[in-house]
Amino acid sequence: MSELLTPSQTVGPYFAMRLPWPEGPFVVPAGTPGASTIIGRLYDGVGDPIPDGMIETWQADQNGRFAHPADPRGPVVDGDKAFRGFGRAQTTRDGSFTIVTVKPGPLPFGDGRTEAPHIDVSVFARGMLDRSVTRIYFPDEPEANEADPVLAAVPAARRPTLIAVPYDDGLLRFDIHMQGDNETVFFDL
Amino acid sequence: MTVSEQGLIAGDSGQAGGPGKFVLPEYMKPRDGNHPPLGFPGYKSTALRHPKQPLVLLPQRLTEVTGPLLGDDLISMQDADLTTQHAGEPQGQRIIVVGRVLDSGGKPVPDTLIEIWQTNAAGRYRHTREHHPAPLDPNFTGVGRVITDQGGGYRFITIQPGSYPWGNHYNAWRPAHIHMSLFGRAFTQRLVTQMYFPGDPLLPIDPIYNSVPDEKARARMVAEFSIEDTQPEWALAYRFDIVLRGSEQSVFEEPHSE
Repeated sequence: MSELLTPSQTVGPYFAMRLPWPEGPFVVPAGTPGASTIIGRLYDGVGDPIPDGMIETWQADQNGRFAHPADPRGPVVDGDKAFRGFGRAQTTRDGSFTIVTVKPGPLPFGDGRTEAPHIDVSVFARGMLDRSVTRIYFPDEPEANEADPVLAAVPAARRPTLIAVPYDDGLLRFDIHMQGDNETVFFDL
Repeated sequence: MTVSEQGLIAGDSGQAGGPGKFVLPEYMKPRDGNHPPLGFPGYKSTALRHPKQPLVLLPQRLTEVTGPLLGDDLISMQDADLTTQHAGEPQGQRIIVVGRVLDSGGKPVPDTLIEIWQTNAAGRYRHTREHHPAPLDPNFTGVGRVITDQGGGYRFITIQPGSYPWGNHYNAWRPAHIHMSLFGRAFTQRLVTQMYFPGDPLLPIDPIYNSVPDEKARARMVAEFSIEDTQPEWALAYRFDIVLRGSEQSVFEEPHSE
């Protein structure tokens, strides 16, 4: 069964012909109350910015719900219709990207434990034969992060690479290092 | 009872194992050799762009078994005919690319967005960073998108893309290909791939194609010429089915369906 999958290939240098669109970085529309802007840079193994990368994000809404049939808690009632859950941003010349979103609610893990608010991230670029998957956690959730079952499986010394840091003007900063001393934790999904 | 219904009952009433307990679909892992390794010496740009630390296992929970269902609300413009995006017809061999998106259980994946991008007939991308001295075609942009139908089917009309040189090694040329990006129905199913053409002499020496270790898996990226889908007096057709990770459980059913 699973031997029939179509293999992954790189997005190459020219994905920007098709994939980005103007509202891509906006998981919520600009000006949404409580919106937070996450900025970051994507770095390669010698610390140079990756100027031809793409970041995609996927997350629950502020109440920790997904408008999706696989969410066993049923349809989202009275959800924010403008909430997209999905973000897509290409990196610029200096490797930087921006995602405008809201902090998702915590999520039931399915076994009685609770996942801290988090955003799933896919990283694509020329030179990446498959996406790399990581997660963004929030710095104002120390207790929830401490109890998070996914973070708990990450070696303690590397956990900070998954937690955004407060930045100027209420922004959050989440840099992604593909390699090096601060290599971001990437996941096997 | 479907898994979704079980989950709903457990999550709402707490009677099937306690509060907050539920069962989610589990997407099967790809087999070894199905996908390329992230670091592949033959493709030089991977050297500084792949993780070196061991990956951490991410359990498939709510964020991973859901995903963007990009439809008319978010990306509304369907653009399945790349030959009619300009005033005139593009140069080159007109082709039809037709196929289905399935999961590894053989189930069609309906309502899922496919985005494509490619060179023109001369092997030139319409992109500011592209410097290959081949002509641009004023009548060809090389981008398209479609949403699969209820049977997982899709169809593009485009131009046979060309080969082009790249800087990976001396005299390196990419086999002709069409880039394809797919979402499936869950974050776990996300796939970006390239569709190649049968008989391309560059395939055996292309590092990106050959980064996939398993020969049969590699062959699944090569479309099949289809005389059945070829339209007389008009366009050749290639058939290309795309298979995403599947789950044995009924992830696609509405929780409230009877």
